[in-house]
Amino acid sequence: MAAPAATPLYFPPGDGAPSGKSRLMFRFLVRRVIGALVILLIISAITFWLFYAVPRDPAMMSCGKNCTPENLEQIRKNLGIDKPIPVQYWLWLVGIFAGRNYAGFDYCNAPCLGYSFANREPVYDTIMDRLPTTLSLAFGAAVVFLILGIGAGMLAALKQGKFLDKFASSASLLGSSLQIYFVGYIAMFFFVAQLGWLSQPQYTPLTDDPGAWFSGLLLPWLVLAIIFTANYTRMTRSQLVEQLSEDYVRTARAKGLSRANVFFRFAWRGAMGPIVTVFGIDLGTLIGGAIITESTFSLQGIGRLAVKSVDQSDLPMLLGVTLLAAGAIVFFNILVDAVYALIDPRIRLA
Amino acid sequence: MTDEATAKLTASDGSKGSEGRSPGRLAWKRFKRDKTGVISAYVVIFFFVIAIAAPLIAKLYGKDPYTTYASANPNLLNVFSYPAGPNGGMSSDFWFGIEPQLGRDVFTFLLYAIRTSLGIALAATLLTVFLGVVIGVTAGYLGGKTDYLVGRVIDILLSFPSTLFFIAFMPVIYGLFIAPDEDIPTWLRATGLIIVLATFGWASIARLLRGQVLGLREREFVEAAKVTGASPRRIVFKELLPNLWTPIIIQGTLMLPAFVTAEAGLAFLGVGMIDPTPDWGVMIQRGAMFYTEDITFMLFPGLSMVIFVLAFNLLGDSVRDALDPKSKR
Repeated sequence: MAAPAATPLYFPPGDGAPSGKSRLMFRFLVRRVIGALVILLIISAITFWLFYAVPRDPAMMSCGKNCTPENLEQIRKNLGIDKPIPVQYWLWLVGIFAGRNYAGFDYCNAPCLGYSFANREPVYDTIMDRLPTTLSLAFGAAVVFLILGIGAGMLAALKQGKFLDKFASSASLLGSSLQIYFVGYIAMFFFVAQLGWLSQPQYTPLTDDPGAWFSGLLLPWLVLAIIFTANYTRMTRSQLVEQLSEDYVRTARAKGLSRANVFFRFAWRGAMGPIVTVFGIDLGTLIGGAIITESTFSLQGIGRLAVKSVDQSDLPMLLGVTLLAAGAIVFFNILVDAVYALIDPRIRLA
Repeated sequence: MTDEATAKLTASDGSKGSEGRSPGRLAWKRFKRDKTGVISAYVVIFFFVIAIAAPLIAKLYGKDPYTTYASANPNLLNVFSYPAGPNGGMSSDFWFGIEPQLGRDVFTFLLYAIRTSLGIALAATLLTVFLGVVIGVTAGYLGGKTDYLVGRVIDILLSFPSTLFFIAFMPVIYGLFIAPDEDIPTWLRATGLIIVLATFGWASIARLLRGQVLGLREREFVEAAKVTGASPRRIVFKELLPNLWTPIIIQGTLMLPAFVTAEAGLAFLGVGMIDPTPDWGVMIQRGAMFYTEDITFMLFPGLSMVIFVLAFNLLGDSVRDALDPKSKR
């Protein structure tokens, strides 16, 4: 979903009236949300099918050592896996919207994602439990890499060809070649094990202790930022360089507007579109589970939950995590296209 | 890979005309002037030579990546099973030191690791590019319902949380070939990785090429070929493909380093190649177990991978500049 679906077209005079635009926006959102729901439906169906493509019996794993055929049958019934696969999928879908009654468990309120095969906890609660860790990781890192990346890119574009520009370009090339699973451990070795400047990364809820929340996540944020910053520096620079050579920027300067005014109100506004697009994709991916980051720093977020659910053949958990991850990706895609249209008046929501 | 590609471009221009100003020749001339590109090309070639010649180098060096040298000579490791010597046990016998706990030779392990990782990444890149070209060109050329269907499949594939699906998909691939209680052979792991990487990788190339073909299809030379009664096969191979080489090569150079890091990432998570198969990701995963005590073992696979990826990215940039001088990065 790299390119936004919106096509750049100039509005004919008169068509840009506020009521027309907001109606267009509404229709655009409705259409995109329906499209997103269809995609989520297909992705969850594929996950379901993939899970059962391998011959396996989740009840067997749940049953333990002293397993009698009667026990096994009871577990199958409780988990709802005694029914044919399409029926299971249908019941799962219905459960999300209407809640679902499980034998041997409490009634599962909508949105019901079922109970884990592995530990019999409600999937929805487990995901909600893990989500703050992943959200803290993603948004914290995003703040750092947006400030660093866009700042460095702006400086590089202003000082084209000078030392600062070359330094920023080289640093961003190096940054984009680094990997979290290498830099993360190197950073932990120096800053935690050797120098003791930072504590071992861990998650403390923000509401419990903001200080511990911040210091526990600082290292993962910085390491993620090193890797993501590079892309934003490069993009900001190239977009700004392009915009600064446009006619409308020259016109604005010729009118006598100040350099800073032209830079931020004109050139930067024009340069923002592609950056917003990539930011949306990155944020969706990060929330869908920064699996490698969470493994590196031993953070118990959505990503680790996904790996565990695959290891344990835990279908309801895997479905829940997949739905969240894919949902985050399509949600940010829609959001990005809508924001794009707000920033750039030339975009028509087609 | 680049040299090969450029050589192919140069060779295909036909040797008529004494100036030899074919696009391929011009690109090659531009590339040779780019110092960064030439140096990174040498670095990349160096890695591929190491990968190909790994058994030969290991033979000359006299060790292999599987023998646990510490069991024959317990002095190599200390009481905590960490290398006894300084710097991870680096010595004239063990150039890059000794692995903690098992006591294998790091130098040969790294050689074979590069061999495995580059082999898988290269095979996955070739398969991905092939799939992307076939599907993208077909969709663009046929248009209509095929194009619509392919477009929707691409939309769905690009909405997949990819790392999550790599992890979920690997057991399925293994399950297709062997019974669940059997051990998974190494060749199957490698094949599985290649299939999974290609399955989720072709969509972006196909989308790009589809767009290019849609543009080319309306051009006069394709119209002319159609009017003169050229077969679809001829139009695709002789009229369309020669115009698509530049985006194909550029996408390939972007994909290979991405696959190298993805393959290592999967091994790091424990779903790709596993110990004792030498692999960049396996080395990093093992390095992660001992990094507080023996950082040297982590540095060799990590730094070599950074150097390779950096060199390949620089090379890719230079190739892009040489093939498409108008484009701004």
